[in-house]
This record gives sequence, C-alpha cells and structure tokens, in this order.
Amino acid sequence: MITKEEVEHVGWLARIRIDETKSDAYAGKLNSVLDYFGQLDKVDTEDVPPTYHVMDIVNVFRKDEVTESMPQDAVLSNTEYRKEGNFKTPKII
Amino acid sequence: MVTWTDISGIKQKIAESSAEEVTASYLEKIGKSCINGFVRTWDRALEVAKAIDAGDQEGPLAGVPIAIKDNISTTGLSTTCSSKILQGYVPPYDAHVIGKLRDAGAVILGKTNMDEFAMGTSTESSYYGATLNPWDTDRVPGGSSGGSAAVVAAGEAPVSLGSDTGGSVRCPAAFCGVVGLKPTYGCISRYGLISYANSLEQIGPLATCVADIAALMDVIAGHDHRDSTSINRENNYSEALKDDVNGLKIGVPEEYFGEGIDEGVEKAVWDAIGKYEDMGASWKKISMPHTKYALASYYIIAMSEASSNLARFDGTRYGFRADGDNWHVMASNTRAEGFGDEVKRRILLGTYALSAGYHDRYYLKALKVRTLVKQDFDRALSEVDVLMGPTMPTPAFKIGEKIDDPLSLYLADVNTVPVNLAGVPSISVPCGFSEGMPVGLQIIGKHFDENTIIRAAYSFEQNTAHHTRRPREVV
Amino acid sequence: MVYENPDGVKIGLEVHVQLNKLKTKLFCGCSTDYHNDEPNTHVCPVCLGLPGSLPVINERAVEFAIRIGLALSCEIVEQTQFHRKNYYYPDLPKGFQTTQYDYPIASKGKVIIEGEDGERVIRITRAHMEEDPGRLQHIGTIEKSKGTLINYNRSGMTLIEIVSEPDMRSPKEARRYLDKLRSILDYLDVFNGDLEGAMRVDANVSVFGGERVEIKNISSFKGAERALLYEIMRQKNHVRRGGEIVMETRHFDEARGVTISMRTKEAEHDYRYFPEPDLVPLRVAERAPEIQKALPELPDARRERFLRQYEMSNMHARALTNEIKVADFYEDVAGKVNPKDAAVWVADILRGELNYRDLGIDAFAAKDIVTIIELVTENRITEQSGVEVIRTILDHGGKPQDIVKDKGLLKVEDDIVAKAVKEAIAENPEAVTDYLGGKEKSLNFVVGKVMQKTKGRADAREVRERLVKDLNDQS
Ligand SMILES: [Mg+2]
Ligand SMILES: [Zn+2]
Repeated sequence: MITKEEVEHVGWLARIRIDETKSDAYAGKLNSVLDYFGQLDKVDTEDVPPTYHVMDIVNVFRKDEVTESMPQDAVLSNTEYRKEGNFKTPKII
Repeated sequence: MVTWTDISGIKQKIAESSAEEVTASYLEKIGKSCINGFVRTWDRALEVAKAIDAGDQEGPLAGVPIAIKDNISTTGLSTTCSSKILQGYVPPYDAHVIGKLRDAGAVILGKTNMDEFAMGTSTESSYYGATLNPWDTDRVPGGSSGGSAAVVAAGEAPVSLGSDTGGSVRCPAAFCGVVGLKPTYGCISRYGLISYANSLEQIGPLATCVADIAALMDVIAGHDHRDSTSINRENNYSEALKDDVNGLKIGVPEEYFGEGIDEGVEKAVWDAIGKYEDMGASWKKISMPHTKYALASYYIIAMSEASSNLARFDGTRYGFRADGDNWHVMASNTRAEGFGDEVKRRILLGTYALSAGYHDRYYLKALKVRTLVKQDFDRALSEVDVLMGPTMPTPAFKIGEKIDDPLSLYLADVNTVPVNLAGVPSISVPCGFSEGMPVGLQIIGKHFDENTIIRAAYSFEQNTAHHTRRPREVV
Repeated sequence: MVYENPDGVKIGLEVHVQLNKLKTKLFCGCSTDYHNDEPNTHVCPVCLGLPGSLPVINERAVEFAIRIGLALSCEIVEQTQFHRKNYYYPDLPKGFQTTQYDYPIASKGKVIIEGEDGERVIRITRAHMEEDPGRLQHIGTIEKSKGTLINYNRSGMTLIEIVSEPDMRSPKEARRYLDKLRSILDYLDVFNGDLEGAMRVDANVSVFGGERVEIKNISSFKGAERALLYEIMRQKNHVRRGGEIVMETRHFDEARGVTISMRTKEAEHDYRYFPEPDLVPLRVAERAPEIQKALPELPDARRERFLRQYEMSNMHARALTNEIKVADFYEDVAGKVNPKDAAVWVADILRGELNYRDLGIDAFAAKDIVTIIELVTENRITEQSGVEVIRTILDHGGKPQDIVKDKGLLKVEDDIVAKAVKEAIAENPEAVTDYLGGKEKSLNFVVGKVMQKTKGRADAREVRERLVKDLNDQS
C-alpha cells in the first residue's frame, strides 16, 4: 500500500507538485493499480533473467566524426526565456 | 457513405487532376470534420503538393497525402504529444520516418490526435479533447493512435502513421475498422518519435488496405544509424502481397479468448479462422500460459521507462512553463499543470516502481516476467507460422465509460501488450462487426517475418468483404 | 621512517576527467571544440535532449576509456551497458544522466604515488564512462541569484569518472595522487588538462575512523589540497569539542577556503538507476589486449628507463618524467649532448626558471638549451652565463649565440687570465701574505681583483683554483 506520505515523496522525486488535499485521492487510484501489479508476486521467476532488450544485439557505435550542430537561434527557438545566447531559468535554490 | 481511396486510387486521381487538387480535397474534408481526428494541419501541405506537380519531387508516394501522429517530430510543424506541456513546441528536426516520407514525395497533411503522450486506449486523455469514432460518434476510436485511425476511417487521409507501445496502432485500427501494423522491434527507426516506453514501442502504418501498409513499410522501414536499436536488414514488403495461405500453420492462443470477451468479437474471429481453413491453412489451439501476467509486466515497464523519458519536460528549454521562484518549484509546477491526470499517474507509478526499496519487486520482476512472456512466443512460433486472435476483446466502448477507472482501461490491452513485450510483429485487419462496430483480427508473426503476416492479411482481404464496408459520412 | 597518520585521516577521491581530445561528444556528433565559442552553438537534438532524439555511442570514447582503464592497471569488464541516473537539475537536459552503474568499464586498478613515507599504492575502485551536464551560471551569487543561465555546449562531453579507495592519508598524498593521475592521462593523450573543467575533483574524507564527509565543487588540485586541509582541521576541532561527525555533503568555497554544509532537500537522493533502453550492451573486453599493446610508455616505466639509460639520479628521473612534454623535451636534448649534463640543465636549471615564471616546457626551444649546454661544456661561457642566457630568452626572447655576443659573455682566453692572476699577485702583496699566513678570506680580495682585470668574463671558480695553485707554487 502506498501511503499519502509516499505519494508526496514520489511527487517530489518526479517533480510533480501534489496539492496536499489531493494526495489521498492519488493514493487511492495508485493503490488499485499497485494491487493489480501485485499479482506478479505469484509468478516464480527464480533463475529467470530479466529481458531489457528483445533484440540480442551489442556494440552499436558511431565513428568519432563531427556532424553539424544546430545554429544558436534554432537551439533557442522554442523558448522565450533566454539571455545572451543562454537559456534562462529561475535561480536554483 | 465515406469514400476510401487507397494509394493506387490517389495516384490515378493525381494523374487525372493534380496532387494539389487531391491535397486540397483532403484539407477541405478535414476542415468540415467533426471527429477531432487532426489536432492541426500543415500550412505548407499545398505548397508541397504543388512542387510535386511541378516535378520537383518524385518517389513512390509522390503526392500521396498522409496524416502523422502528434508524437512524431516534424520540422516546422508543431509536435505536442497532444499535451499542454508541449504547447507551441516546433521540432527543429525531422523524425527518421518523416525524412523518408518527404523523400518519397508524400504530402504531410497534419498531426493527429492521440492520448496524451500515447498513454491510453481511447484517445480521450488528449489536451485537445477526445477523438470520435467515425462508425459511432458516441464511441471512442481506440488509442492511443486514435486520431490516425479515425481520420483514415473517415476518409480524411488515405494513410497515416501511428505508434504502438502496447497496442496503440492495432487497437484503434480494430475499433475504426482499418488495417494497422506494429512492426518488429528494431524494424523502423524511432529517431524523432517522442518516447513513451522505448523498449516496447515502434512506429506503425495505418491504412484502408494491406497493400498500402506494405507500400508505407517499403518507404519507412530500414536501418538508421541514429537509432542504436535499429536493425540492419533489407526487406521488400510489397513482394508479400500474394493471395496464398496454402499450408500456413495458424496457432490460436486460448488465453486470447479470456474473461470479458465480447460474443460478437469471438464469433467474428472464429469465422475468420474458419475462412483461413477454407483457404487452405490449418489451425490449432495453443497455450501461452504467461499471457495473464503480461499486462502487469507491460504496465510496470512502460511506466518506469516513461517516468524517466518524461523527465525532460521541465519548462526549461521548450514548451509550457509555470511560475515558481526557484527552478525546482518552477519545474514541479510546470509538470503539475502541464501534464494531464493519466500521465501524472503513470509517472508517479513508474517513479515508485523504480525507487529504492521497490525496484526489485516491481521493475526487475516485470522484466523477468517479460522473459517468460517472450519464451511463450518463442515456443508457440516454433510450432506454427502465425498466431491469430482478437485484437481487442470488445468493440469500441462509449466515450466516458472507462476514463475514470484507469485499471479497467488497462485491462482492454490484454491481447495487444504481450506482442510488445516479445517485440514480434503483429497486424490488425477488419474481420467483421459486433454491435455494428468493426472487429479486428490480430495476426502475429515471428521476429522480422512481417511478410508472412502481410501475406496472411492480404489473402484474407482478397477473400472476404469486411473491408469494403464504410462508416456513414460524419460532418 | 614510517608515517604514523596520527589523526587517522582517510581520503578518497572521485575525479571526473573530460576526454576533450575526442573530436565529438559521447552520444552525438557535436564538436568538442567549444571552449572559445558562443553559448549553445555546439548542440544538437541529442545533447540538448530534445524529445525523440536518441544516443549513439562514440566508438573512440570507448577505446579511450579502455586505454585509461588499462593504464590504471584495471580489469576491463566483459559486458556492460549504460544506465540512466535519474535526478532533476537544469544542467541535465534529459532529466537523467547517462552513466555506467553496476558494471563500470574498468575496475580494481591502482596508482603508485610518492607517499608520506615512500612509495604508496592507491587502489582504484572503478573508472566509468558518463556524459557531462551543461554549464550553469548564476546571475549574482548562488544564494541571492536573480536567475540561472544555461549553456549546453558542454552537455554530452565524454567523462571518465575515476574513483579511488580511501587510501590517501594526507592532503599532500591526495595532491600527489592527482598529479600522478594527470601525468598518466597526459601520457595517454586522451585529454588536454589545460582546458577549463578538464579535471574536476570530489573528495571524501574522514578522521579517527569516523563518518566520511563528501566535498564537492573543487575546481583545481591546489583547491583540493586546501579544501582537505580545512576539512580535516574542521573535523578534528569538532571531535575535540565533543561533537560527532555526520555523513554529509559539503561545498568548497574557493574564495574563502572553507567547506560549507549543504542542508538541502536535494541531499536525499534516489537515483532510480535502470539500463538505458535506447542503447544496446557493450561487449568490448576482447579489444583490451590490442589496446594494451598500443599503450604508450607510462610515467613509471619511463622513469625506470631514464634511471637505467641515462644513469641519472632518482630525483632527476622523477622530475623529468612527470610531464610527458618535459620527458620528450629531455630525450630530445639528451640525444644531442651528454645526457647527464642535459639532466642537470633541464631538470634543475631550466625547469626552475620556467616554474618561477609559471611557464611550461613549451616556452623554451630544445635546440636553444642544446646550444647553451654546448657553450658551457666547451668552456666558452660560464655556467652563470648559461643561466643568464636562459633568463634573457624567457624574458626578452632572442637566440643564445646573439645574447652571448651582445652581452659579451664569451669567456676570455686562458693566457689573459694567467696574466691577470700574475699581475694581481704582484700588485697585492699584503693580501697574499695574509692568505699565506692563514687568512683564507684574503684570497677573495685577490680573486676580485682578477675579475676586475678580466671584466668579469673569467670563471670565478677557475680564477680561484689558479690563484691557489700559483701561490702554492710560489711558496
Ligand atoms: Mg559522476
Ligand atoms: Zn550534440
């Protein structure tokens, strides 16, 4: 069971503001899904390796050759928050 | 009755009039539409069509209009994943498939509606509102590529691209009565596809007939060095368009006819299998015992990957930004206001499943179960050539019916998600009707054996009439 | 003499090395040559983390990493993959850092340093590859900042993070370790240590077997030594006053020379590592033998060889091999003059003059020092004049021959000196008598007279010897 406090902690980890009034409701919906996920506990996976990739390929590389970068105005084209060629955000702390 | 024109029909029309006129007629139809399938059209579509008329661009799809799901990056055309958080975002680069389509002369009409960030089975969670099913506007078109399926069904585009993470091409194809292919993982470059769950998803084509699916695959599939998971393997898909299933061995997984399956769906699918028998194929029941765990495994993996993939939407470089007097507060406000409820739920669940103390119980466990599901497929597909079953256990449900109960929506994906866990290819073709709504037959093949399922689907189409039925005109 | 380590100091270092000698970044083709360019001009969809972009590994970056691992006597891993380290910070455009986690490319190595009491082995825990974040600039001070500017030119640069065991017992040993590491990396030709941010250090330190404290934000080797000195003193004082050291992260404030506790929420981390689905595993261990074979001679081996080949002192061998450029310079000179003379002139005299002026060996031409050594050994100028020529070249430029001529440094002929000595003895009988009577100092007066007569161009030592001989012969 995920608690109200855990919902708030996970919200912080995921940088999603969760209003205190809503964390109970979140917990309820998340718990019904987590309950469903819990059925995997029944599957015996001892000695079963995890599958991270379905294709068994390794060593995909590119050569150390320069390709063109984007022009600065294209880099900044999707934000109005910029200054002297930099992105601009509120202070960090 | 809606008019459906396939690629060969489009080419004929272009020969008779012009690419510009063909594109203009589609844009006009889109303008009058009430199904909310497009979230935006491209203001340069006519220009491109004119250039093709002028002979500036040749190619196998010269002048063919196409609709693109709103999560595939298009230079100069806003791409938002139907989310508020990407409002106004214009990609400065083209997805690999878009480059291929442009080179082939296709005319991009616009971007189609989808469940926000492809997280859904109904296209109701879009920031732009729900897309309506052209067969019955009270019903959902399926999802998450609901817009891409609905516009093809409604005759607003001859063909489209969607993306399939857990059934997102096949589900709406089934619900809207069109054809949709989820290719083998690694078959089509994901470069430029905005990730939901990278290890599961593939771009896939939707069309009114199997031949058009093959024609699109011939253009968009193939190796791309920018996607490390792209496989280098040549194939000609159109060569598979043969009316011949003689000797084809079909496996029918009994688990695909589980609890909650609609009677009409069940009947239509068994009729289809019977038809294959008539056509010279053989079938047998087969068991895939881990199917019932596939759904939980799928959702845990998808949500975990999504929680990380969607971390970049923090208001710093593009898209929506909320206020906040320091960066962390700004980011968490942006994400709270910019994402819809279902996206936030999935991010929270994925974050939880990966977090200290739960990683092994959820994330790692899901990957182990994934191995078991994949082994089910390896075993089954060593005995038979293809697997067949219903794409969706029910026909399209009513708008609003499931949206407040996430779990009931997840359960609808029971027959589609195992395919993504295993990475195998699968096609959904119309095979009948239930409650007046289209039913999809799912044909699953071996890794990189698209041609066998295309041949099976094509043969079925040649010998049945389901695909000739059209929805009423909805304007 | 055994070093007692009275305060039980244990220091471990994590060093981030930027492989700026690669032409491109770790996962994209953007040029690494951004140091003098405008902000955000060396970025592309990949290193800007744009939606839909995908990473592809730079093959040479992997080779560099293996080269470094082998040079640090590490084992190279059989199979590894990149992981995502998930955390939010505005310099991280994807919301996660792509790094290596449970299987670093290299591990279990060692570096030998000149410790407090002789040779000391510092164990290397691991060396892993990861991407560099962008660069933040605070408008105003970090605490009272009005905002933050972000430049992503650095984003995606290849880093090797080298983690040591806590085997260093003093800030001096830490400094020696850093110098040695830099020396090895210079030899490997994988980075230019002079570029800004090429090597960045985090330190952890404990005293009396207490908890370890991490110090971040150290930007230079000198800074590392200062930060550690301060932190050890702080911990000792705290314990002495009855306090307890708690595990924490502290920031080094370079300007004030102090470490400051960071009591923020970010301190509690849960990185939710999982394998990067967009990259496939690396299986590269089989390349190690070939890379090993091609490794250049490293500082320790070169020092041994210098000892053997040139029969120099251990001190000279060390001084001449620390920096690869100095070692190459020396061997260039040693090939043209007597190697022993070359060692003295390069290791002691030239390096002394260069260090005094904060210059590197590049500031002096090998052929000039060869000329100077020849002039001295051929007895044409005095040793003192040789030093003066070096100083003149460094301060004003010019060629050794010209400087010698302009300044009249060529030694006078032998018979002139002999004549001057005879005259001086004849003209200063009192001083001679005093000297012969046992007043050693009186000889200096006579030497001075000879020098006056020869206008300083005679070698004082030689004059003295000749005087003593002549006087002894007389008496
Ligand atoms: Mg690091
Ligand atoms: Zn780049």
